[in-house]
Amino acid sequence: MTDHDHHHDHDHSELSETELRVRALESVLTEKGYVDPAALDELIQTYETKVGPRNGARVIARAWNDPAYRARLLADATPAILELGYAGRQGEHIVAVENTPQLHNMVVCTLCSCYPWSVLGLPPVWYKAAPYRSRAVKDPRGVLDDFGVALPEGTKIKVWDSTAEIRYLVVPMRPDGTAGMSEEQLAELVTRDSMIGTGLARQPAEAA
Amino acid sequence: MDGAQDMGGVAGFGPVQPEPNEPVFHAEWERRVFALTMAMSRPGQWNIDMSRFARENRPKPDYLSKSYFQIWLAGIEKLMAERGLVAPEEIEAGKALLPRRDVPVLKADEVAAVLRRGGPSVRETTQPARFAVGDRVRMKTIDPPTHTRLPRYVRGHLGVIELLHGTHVFPDSNAMGKGEDPQWLYTVGFDGRELWGEDGDPALTVSVDAWDSYLEPA
Repeated sequence: MTDHDHHHDHDHSELSETELRVRALESVLTEKGYVDPAALDELIQTYETKVGPRNGARVIARAWNDPAYRARLLADATPAILELGYAGRQGEHIVAVENTPQLHNMVVCTLCSCYPWSVLGLPPVWYKAAPYRSRAVKDPRGVLDDFGVALPEGTKIKVWDSTAEIRYLVVPMRPDGTAGMSEEQLAELVTRDSMIGTGLARQPAEAA
Repeated sequence: MDGAQDMGGVAGFGPVQPEPNEPVFHAEWERRVFALTMAMSRPGQWNIDMSRFARENRPKPDYLSKSYFQIWLAGIEKLMAERGLVAPEEIEAGKALLPRRDVPVLKADEVAAVLRRGGPSVRETTQPARFAVGDRVRMKTIDPPTHTRLPRYVRGHLGVIELLHGTHVFPDSNAMGKGEDPQWLYTVGFDGRELWGEDGDPALTVSVDAWDSYLEPA
């Protein structure tokens, strides 16, 4: 059974067992004073409300609208991303890779779940699950098909397997018909999946 | 370690199943496991490589039958038990049975700064890089019984140096508590057919990030 199947598995007794164990563990840790309950709330709130793919979308929108920023982002992404205020855990060393009509980039972590948290938040279940981790490096076109994405014939694919502490951010291609749009409007077109490389940016009509 | 976590190129896991409008967590217990794992690295003082090894160093059926956050739970249970912080009997009992160890605790008002700081793995070095962009290298064929970040699917294969990242903490050593042993880190690119044979996608390139001791000149 894969990670993903598990989440859609309604084996209630097994989930309850996990729930009970987690509750028991938290009780012990709180009783022993190893965790501050308010710190736990702060950690959860950070990744549910503050750090997520809207951060990355703002980075991409800026790169689309500002050639000098795009150049800085592609040359050394970590400080360029910090210009917009994003930094820290699982975003300490970021490399931005740009899609072109000739080349499509896709990011995976075959060994675990490495993902650029500071710009994309926590990874989705499919990113952490066996089907994606096993197939992305061998059959990325098949994976894209699972996402309903077909690349034009002849497009080369580069898959980045994040086996170290370098985190990769895909800069998707700017959709046609977006000249004159503001950064805020452009950010609405940048999906999480387009920054992983399992999707493309939305067309303006789709976002309207 | 030849474990179930090393999934690149393994067949038979089926299609990817994207979930539209996916929530960050799918259950309250996942929120708790996430936060407990993050918070316990302060009193536990383990590093990220020890965390990964604790999650991965388990029988393949166990790894494959657990969901992602169930693996995280098993990982911190192991790390806490190893350090005498929480024994399995205490979790079974749902209450403290062993004395508390005197360890630092992550406070709420420190969380933002700790996350902001992160855990950079780059280290200063005076040692020169052994390889330059464009150099051809062969990945070593190693299969250590302990932690490694050299995936099976590239072992023995020919690649080309694409990027240099400076010297970074070496997980194989750091996971085992044997020091950081910083080494040059490279992005190494492989032709799809080099990895997957003549039937491989001719328009595919795959890269991994690899430390110096995973590589030999080719």
